[in-house]
Amino acid sequence: MNSRTAGRTDGPLDRPSTAIRVENVSKTFDTAAVLHDLSLDVRAGELIGLLGPSGSGKTTLLRIIAGLDAPDRGRILFGDDDATGLAVQERAVGFVFQHYALFKHMSVADNIAYGLNARRRADRPVKAEIKRRVGDLLDLIRLSGFGDRYPSQLSGGQRQRVALARALAVEPRVLLLDEPFGALDAQVRKDLRRWLREIHDRTGQTTIFVTHDQDEALELSDRVAVLDRGRLEQVGTPDEVQEHPASATVMKFLGDSVEVEAIAEGGRVLVRGRETPVVAPAGTIGPVKLYVRPWQLQLAEPESAHLSGTVRSSYRTQGRQRIEVVDAEGRVLAVEDFDGVRYAAGHPVGLRINGGHVFG
Amino acid sequence: MVETPRPKTSLLRTFRRPSVIPGFGISFGYTLTCLGLIVLLPLAGLVAKASGLGLSGIWEVATDPRVASALRISFGVSALAALVASAFGFLVAWVLTRYRFPGRKLVDAAVDLPFALPTAVAGIALASLYAPDGLLGAPLARLGIQVAYTPVGIFIAMVFIGLPFAVRTVQPLIAEIDKEIEEASATLGATRLVTLTKVVLPPLIPAVLTGFALAFARGVGEYGSIIFIAGNLPYVSEIAPLLIVIKLSEFDYGGAAAIATIMLGISFLTLLAINLIQAWSRRRFGYV
Amino acid sequence: MSEIFSPIAVPAAKPAQVASEGAATRAILIGIAVAFLALFLVLPLFAVFTQAFSKGIGAFLDAFREPDAWSAIRLTLTVAVIAVPFNVVFGLAASWAIAKFEFPGKSLLITLIDLPFSVSPVVSGMIYVLLFGSQGLFGSWLIDHGIQILFALPGIVLATVFVTFPFVARELIPLMQEQGTAEEEAALTLGASGLHAFRTVTLPNIRWGLLYSVLLCNARAMGEFGAVSVVSGHIRGLTNTIPLHVEILYNEYNFVAAFAVASLLAVLALITLVLKSVLEWRFAGELAHGRAH
Repeated sequence: MNSRTAGRTDGPLDRPSTAIRVENVSKTFDTAAVLHDLSLDVRAGELIGLLGPSGSGKTTLLRIIAGLDAPDRGRILFGDDDATGLAVQERAVGFVFQHYALFKHMSVADNIAYGLNARRRADRPVKAEIKRRVGDLLDLIRLSGFGDRYPSQLSGGQRQRVALARALAVEPRVLLLDEPFGALDAQVRKDLRRWLREIHDRTGQTTIFVTHDQDEALELSDRVAVLDRGRLEQVGTPDEVQEHPASATVMKFLGDSVEVEAIAEGGRVLVRGRETPVVAPAGTIGPVKLYVRPWQLQLAEPESAHLSGTVRSSYRTQGRQRIEVVDAEGRVLAVEDFDGVRYAAGHPVGLRINGGHVFG
Repeated sequence: MVETPRPKTSLLRTFRRPSVIPGFGISFGYTLTCLGLIVLLPLAGLVAKASGLGLSGIWEVATDPRVASALRISFGVSALAALVASAFGFLVAWVLTRYRFPGRKLVDAAVDLPFALPTAVAGIALASLYAPDGLLGAPLARLGIQVAYTPVGIFIAMVFIGLPFAVRTVQPLIAEIDKEIEEASATLGATRLVTLTKVVLPPLIPAVLTGFALAFARGVGEYGSIIFIAGNLPYVSEIAPLLIVIKLSEFDYGGAAAIATIMLGISFLTLLAINLIQAWSRRRFGYV
Repeated sequence: MSEIFSPIAVPAAKPAQVASEGAATRAILIGIAVAFLALFLVLPLFAVFTQAFSKGIGAFLDAFREPDAWSAIRLTLTVAVIAVPFNVVFGLAASWAIAKFEFPGKSLLITLIDLPFSVSPVVSGMIYVLLFGSQGLFGSWLIDHGIQILFALPGIVLATVFVTFPFVARELIPLMQEQGTAEEEAALTLGASGLHAFRTVTLPNIRWGLLYSVLLCNARAMGEFGAVSVVSGHIRGLTNTIPLHVEILYNEYNFVAAFAVASLLAVLALITLVLKSVLEWRFAGELAHGRAH
């Protein structure tokens, strides 16, 4: 699917020591619970995406790790050290804010140097050293020569990179990014994603980022943590969460799917009495919901079909044929097919189920 | 194992929403202390003095013919002046935001003159302009209009100090009007006059009313720019604030407090009216 | 620019302005507005200077040969030097507490801070007379202990602080609210202490708003008349500020001197207006919006 899977077999995944441990964290704002008893281990050197719809608590979790919010219950550990009581200044995290929070009145170079200049005199690098570090970081973010500009003179993507360099300048234990590409337009997003992945591969920096965009999480992360309404639904590699979603919520959140009434019986799943290739979880018996992706549906002759309906519309997108079928109950079923046959609206068709998931 | 550090739960933390930003205790405490000592305690002293008089005592002062006349002049003339200031203020705000003409920025800056010019200076300047032998007073006198030492003088001073309120309250709202709304109205066949009266003006009415109320409240309390031009003849051109000063100089603290209480009461009602207008406007138009 | 006055010169390529009035109407409305402002606002200012110089420059300068004039100038400067910094510190504290934190009763607090703006200047002075006057609440105690507040510098400063109390806070509160807390949080994650973040991030972000409010606060502090007049006692050479000195000269029919001293305040007002306008034009984005004083 992309270059990283091939190039990184001997990457950070081989040394899964825990860099950050979130232990039974709960958080309530005013009266609304935002996080419920949530636990998560982040491995050293990994790039992990916190994926969830808005209101799922992912940004709150990120802020609690950074020390910007305090948990009501639970602990945050950095390595083996309890960091729950540490002030934000003492945590040595690099936080990239959603809207960057660049200091408007400071040049790019001063923004990047801010964390170093804020140190006590004894710990502060000498001026020349700060200058060198800023220069290196400007090179890293490919903005050499932009040090004297001001944030207002930069494009959105450039600001994003400056915010990243500013966070990296303090050599943080962990890099935390809140919707890092949320405020950018589509093309810049794509470029920056690839670039962030490159930076990560080069620096090996433990990184947590928050996103509501499935493609972004799946493309970028070593592992994805799916959150919903303050609970952790699943953690796993992009392949794991896609191929083996742990719940209907994860399934639905990761892409389009159709809900089909089915019967589970001795490990098999039947739709309208016809067997499907789907395996039911052990012990599941009786009526169940079968979740099917559009590409797991195929047009078929009525005698071998699980479902039937009439074509509402069909169109081509990115080399695939997408057909929308309306069944007897008026539900719209999306089918993705390579068949290439064009169907007129109103044409009756049968659909065969080639795969799907049933959750216990 | 080390005991988990619990988040501190002090009274302060339960009072405000927790935040990593430091300095709430000291800044909030300092704010309340200053506010209490400089503003609230002295105002409470006034309330204490007035309640010592009782309602009957205040009524007695209010119905004293000289006091009643001063209150009538202050409130009556101020209402009239606020009306004129609102009308011209709207025109000025409209012209300044909608039209481009040479010197526009200069004119815009001049609107704030009454804010910046000390009231006493404005007062003597107005008095000299409108005196019977003054630059404007002389021609007006020939027309039979006497401004200085009459309520007309009070009116002019009140328009002067009320105008910026009227302009500055409506100006930002005129600037925010979406031109497309007017264009939409025009494409639907409305004439310019219909567009203005049916589409543009109605959402501005609350702001105009707010500006009126602010100018009115300011006029009622105004002292410096009025006393020089007013002549301060009892029953003719004596304003309520001046009467307070007179009572204070006679050590009649009770009388002064009673007049002040009446003025504050009416100002409070005006303020309440502004808030109601704004609340209504928020409901009706989604903005103030 | 000139199209308003010569409608024929409007280029044909320009799209019709449906969302505006005709050129003639515009010209008339502009004319009325400008004439009204000139008559009501600019003419009085103009009058101050013409009156001040009506008997020549010598008579003008004579007004400043009087020691009472200089003591009034000194007193006014002293009062401003105390009242303005006080309000700056208060405004910074209040806006920090109100804009950067969430707590119940916030809008009530803002209303209370705004309260002095809706109180008549005369009443603003009077409340201190009720407290500290000889017949006042603390009057006899103060006399017993030989402390003079009324008819002296402390009373004048208090009354001035009261009338200028909201100036800095009400400019900074909306400004800081607009700016939010993200930049301060960013500074903290980078290791800065609270004070360091305030100095290097918050203050630079509000500097123009702060300067703006200091200008207006100072103009009011130096020009306040009603409140100060009530608490000062009008003791020549001792408790007269510049505006009070102007009043005395005027009431003594010493018009040239009155206007000469008043012209000082008028110049201050002009400088204030110019600086204020420059700030509004150049740094509009860094000032609070929707202001109405």
